[in-house]
Amino acid sequence: MKDEVESRDDRVANLKGMGCSRKRVEDARFTQGKGNYVDDIKLDGMLFGDFVRSPYAHARITNINAEEALKVPGVLAVLTAADLEPLGLHWMPTLAGDKQMVLADGKVLFQGQEVAFVVAEDRFAAADGIEAVEVDYEELPVIVDPFEALKTDVVLREDLVAQDGSIPDGAHGPRTHPNHIFTWEAGEKEATEQVLDNAEVLVEESMYYHRTHPCPLETCGCVASMDKVNGKLTLWGTFQAPHAIRTVVSLISGIEEHNIRVVSPDIGGGFGNKVGAYPGYVCSVVASIVTGKPVKWIEDRMDNLMTTAFARDYHMTGKISATKEGKITGLHCHVTADHGGFDACADPTKFPAGFMNICTGSYDIPTAFLEVDGVYTNKAPGGVSYRCSFRVTEAVYFIERMVEVLAIELGMDAAELRRINFIKKEQFPYKAALGWEYDSGDYHTAWDKALTSVDYDGLRAEQAQRVEDFKAGKTRKLMGVGLSFFTEIVGAGPVKNCDILGLGMFDSCEIRIHPTGSAIARLGTISQGQGHATTFAQILASEIGLPADSITIEEGDTDTAPYGLGTYGSRSTPVAGAATAMAGRKIRAKAQMIAAYLLEVHDNDVEFDVDRFVVKGAPEKFKTMKEIAFAAYNQAIPGIEPGLEAVSYYDPPNMTYPFGAYVCVMDIDVDTGVPEIRRFYALDDCGTRINPMIIEGQVHGGLTEALAVALGQEIAYDDMGNVKTGTLMDFFLPTAWEVPNYETDHTVTPSPHHPIGAKGVGESPHVGGVPCFSNAVHDAFRAFGLRQTNMPHDHWRIWKTANELGLHD
Amino acid sequence: MIPAAFDYYRPTKMDDVIALLQEHGDDARVMAGGHSLIPMMKLRMAEIPHLIDLQAIDGLNEISIEDGQITIGAMVTQHDLINHAGLEAAAPILREAALQIADPQVRYMGTVGGNVANGDPGNDMPGVMQCLDATFALVGPDGERSVAARDFYEAAYMTAREDEEVLTSVSIPAPQGGYAYEKQKRKIGDYATAAAAVQIVKEDGKCTAASIAMTNLSDTPIYSVDAGAALVGTAVDAAALNAAKAAMLGNIDPTEDNRGPVAFKKHVAGVILARAIERAWSRA
Repeated sequence: MKDEVESRDDRVANLKGMGCSRKRVEDARFTQGKGNYVDDIKLDGMLFGDFVRSPYAHARITNINAEEALKVPGVLAVLTAADLEPLGLHWMPTLAGDKQMVLADGKVLFQGQEVAFVVAEDRFAAADGIEAVEVDYEELPVIVDPFEALKTDVVLREDLVAQDGSIPDGAHGPRTHPNHIFTWEAGEKEATEQVLDNAEVLVEESMYYHRTHPCPLETCGCVASMDKVNGKLTLWGTFQAPHAIRTVVSLISGIEEHNIRVVSPDIGGGFGNKVGAYPGYVCSVVASIVTGKPVKWIEDRMDNLMTTAFARDYHMTGKISATKEGKITGLHCHVTADHGGFDACADPTKFPAGFMNICTGSYDIPTAFLEVDGVYTNKAPGGVSYRCSFRVTEAVYFIERMVEVLAIELGMDAAELRRINFIKKEQFPYKAALGWEYDSGDYHTAWDKALTSVDYDGLRAEQAQRVEDFKAGKTRKLMGVGLSFFTEIVGAGPVKNCDILGLGMFDSCEIRIHPTGSAIARLGTISQGQGHATTFAQILASEIGLPADSITIEEGDTDTAPYGLGTYGSRSTPVAGAATAMAGRKIRAKAQMIAAYLLEVHDNDVEFDVDRFVVKGAPEKFKTMKEIAFAAYNQAIPGIEPGLEAVSYYDPPNMTYPFGAYVCVMDIDVDTGVPEIRRFYALDDCGTRINPMIIEGQVHGGLTEALAVALGQEIAYDDMGNVKTGTLMDFFLPTAWEVPNYETDHTVTPSPHHPIGAKGVGESPHVGGVPCFSNAVHDAFRAFGLRQTNMPHDHWRIWKTANELGLHD
Repeated sequence: MIPAAFDYYRPTKMDDVIALLQEHGDDARVMAGGHSLIPMMKLRMAEIPHLIDLQAIDGLNEISIEDGQITIGAMVTQHDLINHAGLEAAAPILREAALQIADPQVRYMGTVGGNVANGDPGNDMPGVMQCLDATFALVGPDGERSVAARDFYEAAYMTAREDEEVLTSVSIPAPQGGYAYEKQKRKIGDYATAAAAVQIVKEDGKCTAASIAMTNLSDTPIYSVDAGAALVGTAVDAAALNAAKAAMLGNIDPTEDNRGPVAFKKHVAGVILARAIERAWSRA
């Protein structure tokens, strides 16, 4: 028999289980143009809907006249708020506990806001119809600055002010001004102030983490199809959380959940942009109910950049205190968070500023306090986590800048300052001052490995020489060494403290083993390019001993997949990956009983070995998992039900805490402001590594989006609330040309509470990358007195820094 | 991002193109590679009820080099320009400039004729053509006429071309001496923050002729006679570079946009020009 000549190593290799760089099974279809995205869905009689959008950032709508639009050939209907109001659908709840206009209800609050929905036979007629809708606007004063918003008499949200002028509480407690959304606090205020007041060294710094956008290659969209005969609604869409969307649609439409099927087909990137619920979904559903036909809505690029979920827009002020030797003693952080016209952040309910309270970073800071004020402005709503767990990019940027600023104040090397403040390996599990319990880490080992790998001392010597040469007029280029050490907090999360709209953030996996020894597993998550069909099959292969190539992974169809909260915040591996392992173990437990019966020994006398159960001490006596699967269905075994299936719903006991150490070497042309990335080294510790090739790809992608955000990508507004960066001419999306060669490295510190020790990696490189690129720019000018300058570090802003430092004189 | 409805024509004879232009006047436009016009139509910034595609017209995609004269048909693509061996020897600045236009996919479609005729101040070839003292051939109802590149541009998207004329080819006297096209841009596919085209002739260590044009620093390309003159007779030393920069800065009139404010653009224009001159001089 073949099995007898196969070595154990061969059997392990055949499984393509955890730890191997299995090629992505998805890529056969993606590289041949055979993916099936939402815009590929074409149904008989399908109509197309699109929006009339507001050209103004703040205006009253005095009239909407659709008469001419309805004369355009192919235009069937024009929906306005007045049409949705009888259904109670002119407003919808947001994930953040606020509500948002589906279609403008008397006023608009941001440029590009949805005013009317034109339904037509095709997208061309819809576009012509949009042009023909006449809307009368009465312009109102525009507020684009959140600090001004908290002082002005201009009320953006009249719906949130009581008739007597008082300000009712919001979803997250008391509000202090009509344009104020919430104040959220973490940590010890008085204790922190006391530490800061008595500090040997104290630094204060303000920084603005600018507004940007996830900009997935595929924009948002959906197809809604209401079958009036059997009362079933099918909704295909670009949903990062299809099950949550089903529940939300049911709650707001009144259609029973069993009559709603939500399907996420292939998704071309999400990065947080596709977590929320958008007016396009609601209008498509309503239009399908009204017309009895399927209705498609697909954003164009400008719609996507201008209206669906932005990211960041945090004005942060920090105070950090230390001893003269550099031991950090306290941290204070205040954030003014610009949420736009509606609070549509995608955060767990109890965390209106996400996990911003991870802002003590990787450091043992005994005392800290965080306060976040959410504010309405005349900008698009959103505030999603763009390739990061909830607001973790903001938190890590904040602390990694504060540490650099402290190093300047102390006259210390920034690498050494980090080293003496890292949480030590023996301190884990570590309870941080702002509440989180870090599960595991070995920061010193990672840091030393990173610094040695790049010859850190050599880089600093070279940099010092460069400064001398610059001062002597021998060069016009400065050199920056950017450092960052980050701790992510991912895998939301424990149901005891993480829910969205009351939906607990567990996840799930359901496995069916087929009689011939292949399998299908379905999960509550949905890949948007992460390669779940590849990696989850690897987890299962290692757990149940069937080859990954014989396991189909399916996600995204709420009629077939078990309930789960979807894919964002690097939660798929920490939560659904854990569910997969646990379901696999249930399969294995039953297989053990079957194997023991077949081998005629007691259950405890067999043990699992790669792809089989063997009799302990007699490895020549075994049953392969394939044989066991066949027996499970076809042999009557006393006391054991036929079949081999399992389902697991996993509620994680804690978050996972991936970390990493990054170094960027950058040369900056002082005269033109052009930065050139000479080297980028990224060490990631994501715990147990499932597929090293996919990890490397994730790191490359996250770093590239980090480069984008740090060096130029922004959603910028002028004073009138006009979006200045609404196309890819001005919105920076890096190509292969702008991207350096990345060096990747790793250490492995498994999560102690995760079934396979994995922590998640998709977002780490973005979280750690942004401060690393930014710190490199800052570091280049450190010798000339720069302390803080805001991102994005595009050519002119870098030039401006050099200019203000007198380097052009 | 969907254009208003339009009629599409794909004539095979230039006479038919002219006839369509005469019939529809301002409502008609010819299209070469379409990489400027189609995005404008999709944004509904340009409404073109009658779109005339030039792809089927014979004889517009040839490159000839004879008797010191280079002629480039309007439908020659940037890709063709880059890969034409004779052209690389005769006028290497064209290849250097074309390689800095967008990306390969755009360069497969984008044409020299479209690039120079559209009148977009962000396009690179207008400045290059002014630097090379090119002439544009225009065909209209009254036959053919030619206009110097240096006289062609009036304002953004406004040129000496009449509505009923088609730009059919570009003629360039074979350039002499060293060359450079230096461009600073934020990313691939972007227009220049500042760009400079330089041709320079060196004899016995002195500059005997210099031609300088700047891209995207005014509402037209800027041919700076004064900047060139500042170099002639010098050894292109620091003083001469500064004089050329100062002269050029007197000619440009940049506006603030997302690339940066005016002061930044002027500073960068000076830096880019100096680098272009130095590179051209090193090749002269």
